[in-house]
Amino acid sequence: MKLDSKIPDGPLADKWTKHKFNLKLVNPANKRKYNIIVVGTGLAGASAAASLAELGYNVQSFCFQDSPRRAHSIAAQGGINAAKNYPNDGDSVYRLFYDTIKGGDYRSREANVHRLAEVSVNIIDQCVAQGVPFAREYGGLLDNRSFGGAQVSRTFYARGQTGQQLLLGAYSALSRQIHKGTVKMHTREEMLDLVMIDGQAKGIVTRNLETGTIDTHSAHAVLLCTGGYGNVFFLSTNAQGSNVTAAWRAHKHGALFANPCFTQIHPTCIPVSGDHQSKLTLMSESLRNDGRVWVPKQKADKRKASQIPENERDYFLERKYPSFGNLVPRDVASRNAKEQCDAGFGVGTSGLAVFLDFADAIKRLGEDTVRARYGNLFDMYAQITGENPYAEPMRIYPAVHYTMGGLWVDYNLSTTIPGLYALGEANFSDHGANRLGASALMQGLADGYYVIPSTVSDYLATIGPKPIDKNHPAFAEAKAKVEAQTKKLLSIKGTKTVAEYHRELGLIMWEYCGMARNDAGLRKAQVLIQELRVDFWKNVNVTGTNEELNQQLERAGRVADFLELGELMVVDALARAESCGGHFREESQTEEGEALRKDDEYCYVSAWQYTGENQPEVLHKEELNFENVKLTQRSYK
Amino acid sequence: MSGHMNLTLKVWRQKDAKSTGKLENYEAKDISPDMSFLEMIDVVNESLIKKGVEPIAFDHDCREGICGACSMYINGEAHGPKRAITTCQLHMRSFHDGETITIEPWRANAFPVIKDLVVDRSAFDRIIQAGGYVSVNTGVTIDANSIPIEKEIADDAMDAAACIGCGACVAACKNASATLFLSAKVSQLALLPQGQAERQIRVEAMIDQMEEEGFGNCTNTEACSAVCPKEIGQHHIARMNREFFGAKLSSPKK
Ligand SMILES: Cc1cc2nc3c(=O)[nH]c(=O)nc-3n(C[C@H](O)[C@H](O)[C@H](O)COP(=O)(O)OP(=O)(O)OC[C@H]3O[C@@H](n4cnc5c(N)ncnc54)[C@H](O)[C@@H]3O)c2cc1C
Ligand code: FES
Repeated sequence: MKLDSKIPDGPLADKWTKHKFNLKLVNPANKRKYNIIVVGTGLAGASAAASLAELGYNVQSFCFQDSPRRAHSIAAQGGINAAKNYPNDGDSVYRLFYDTIKGGDYRSREANVHRLAEVSVNIIDQCVAQGVPFAREYGGLLDNRSFGGAQVSRTFYARGQTGQQLLLGAYSALSRQIHKGTVKMHTREEMLDLVMIDGQAKGIVTRNLETGTIDTHSAHAVLLCTGGYGNVFFLSTNAQGSNVTAAWRAHKHGALFANPCFTQIHPTCIPVSGDHQSKLTLMSESLRNDGRVWVPKQKADKRKASQIPENERDYFLERKYPSFGNLVPRDVASRNAKEQCDAGFGVGTSGLAVFLDFADAIKRLGEDTVRARYGNLFDMYAQITGENPYAEPMRIYPAVHYTMGGLWVDYNLSTTIPGLYALGEANFSDHGANRLGASALMQGLADGYYVIPSTVSDYLATIGPKPIDKNHPAFAEAKAKVEAQTKKLLSIKGTKTVAEYHRELGLIMWEYCGMARNDAGLRKAQVLIQELRVDFWKNVNVTGTNEELNQQLERAGRVADFLELGELMVVDALARAESCGGHFREESQTEEGEALRKDDEYCYVSAWQYTGENQPEVLHKEELNFENVKLTQRSYK
Repeated sequence: MSGHMNLTLKVWRQKDAKSTGKLENYEAKDISPDMSFLEMIDVVNESLIKKGVEPIAFDHDCREGICGACSMYINGEAHGPKRAITTCQLHMRSFHDGETITIEPWRANAFPVIKDLVVDRSAFDRIIQAGGYVSVNTGVTIDANSIPIEKEIADDAMDAAACIGCGACVAACKNASATLFLSAKVSQLALLPQGQAERQIRVEAMIDQMEEEGFGNCTNTEACSAVCPKEIGQHHIARMNREFFGAKLSSPKK
């Protein structure tokens, strides 16, 4: 298979404009003859469904929650980047492009990232026109804040609820189209398979989560906007329902999966408090602007933080990275916290935490100022831990947060299956090996509002509006396959619960494919996952029946897919014997213990092809060519 | 372990919309005060599965108070005894050893029970679909900063926009009214310049939809704001009423 990224030629800054002109359009009168399925109603899905319906296409939209407004995008806190340069601090489309390429540790495509930076400015205009209440200055104009990995202030925000407000904006645009009848909304309906006819995506199979009814839906194009797969680790900052099922089942039909091992682990999360833990809560990384990270110099020091004198504390980030200090990028901060804990310096009952201390900031600025800046985060911390962070330092630990990997897509966001597109966190396209803060929201909306409406029309115009034959045997076959899997899951009635398998898988992934990875560990993990998967299919206990709301059955299907994806992540991590971004291979580090990239050997996207059950996947490489930026080793010393 | 609790739960179990439901008793053993309320239910569910009993169905997703999915009526209060949080943000340190906790679904005609603690809140979506938006298509080219908005107004709009659509306001209201939910959206858009063009049609269409869905009338008991996890205030209802009567007076239709 030859991977064609379809990057348009010409100068970087002209590619998108020129490409849009070259794409075929669908005649306005013909648009309503096309059906488009959009799976997912997060930023990517809601914006795509609304925009396509506005253009005149017939859209069917799906989500597994009870309302499109509850997609996981709702939980994003910090903000959204855009190269507006309102603060006049030297920002530009090129600078946003450059920061994103560098932040991604040179493992993303120049052309895609430049387009993202270009449309970022339109996103803010669109959202404001919808009535999104972004934070404002006293003069009435939009306020900006700064975020990691950038030296300019380009992050737009709505208190600590930016994702919520952007999603509600897209949801309102979607709601308007539902009201007009141009979008048919299917809530509590989960996509469980793709329908393929002659090698093209022509529909999906879904299960109605209220009734258990398994149905098929046909379309001229299918858009997967189904989010990230961080829940493969069991514990993550993702919502409980976030999963890989739609993308994974498309992968099994031939859509290549790119860079599966690229995972972002966020440094400022509230630590695990016990075995009952079901999710981890992120606290905005803005806390690192004023908080100081430290551990006691003495191992297993059980004293209260306030009783540990200054000279017995190790401010390890400030010590190791004097110029960036506590503001090193996410991957560096996370890895260093883990190193300290692994070496026995961790704090709290589990020893898996470091302090984030505001005592100096409170002394310098006063408690009121600290409260004004971070009050909501401090409250959240107090709520979850029962401790007062104004009096004692917070305890933090890294947690899985975002997955840069996803379905491989070309410049048009098309997967390797014609007619199947992937948008938002579900694709791999823009963040390389590490995503910068506030750029996932930007990407989701760029894909949905601006990219897909142009690119999908080219495909639709090419295939023509001929109705799809729902009597084609492919529909019945796909449905039968889903029914068989559902039946299988319900018939095992073994002794272990779905949650037990999920937790075990998560522990394996975290231990061997988490913040630091090495050859022996990854090989071991692969065997462990294979064994766990075999055991799952022999011994899982899924209660209840298909014909009802059955949350155990829903989760069982998702965990079954995680058990396959987990192995591919390990295989991918094994194949990439370099360190880059969030992927740290212990064998590839500098003398000082920093990540060592190997551009001569690994400057490519790894795209994996499924070849059959329990068969090894085949690796395809998309070489990355950098024509505009020079590759350098990141340094934050 | 120290500080761990044993509790008795009385949980509403209902097979589906057609069946009648009833409260069942379950033991919740060895519960850590650090668990969230939903994690406590996870623990109970795991033990039920091991005993061959169907686990308790409940809506949840983000588990951090923002998606609005979780929706439990705990000891007679929407989202439980603490203010300004959702069920998923409630922690077991708010309860004590030996306590009996009653857990029921939201109760409202417009929110029929689907199973156990899961209800159908799609009426909320239909209220928004009726008019809870600014009618702009993708492709706006007006620069965002060409619409300055006074900070105070933007902040007030944000207070209203913070609604998570959980439905606690309806569950707490003796009339099962959706007025607070509706007013939050109307108020947000009435405050902002972007919302002006459709001010009248919006409020009328949304109120018509609310009535059609079978929600009750607002009699100003303020129970809704008291349980709102986002503390959405009564002044939004007042603003919506002004919008509505303003619309009625000047509406060309009526
Ligand atoms: C706590 C947290 C904070 C964050 N903060 C920021 C931030 O400040 N700035 C930033 O830029 N990014 C942030 N991110 C990342 C960002 O929020 C996400 O990457 C982004 O919102 C993903 O959007 P999406 O549209 O791709 O997917 P999602 O919002 O995850 O939506 C997925 C959709 O797919 C549907 N779905 C999934 N599978 C199926 C299926 N099989 N069948 C039917 N429907 C399905 C779901 O119902 C849902 O509607 C944060 C992430 C987290 C976890
Ligand atoms: S689970 Fe999202 S608000 Fe409670």
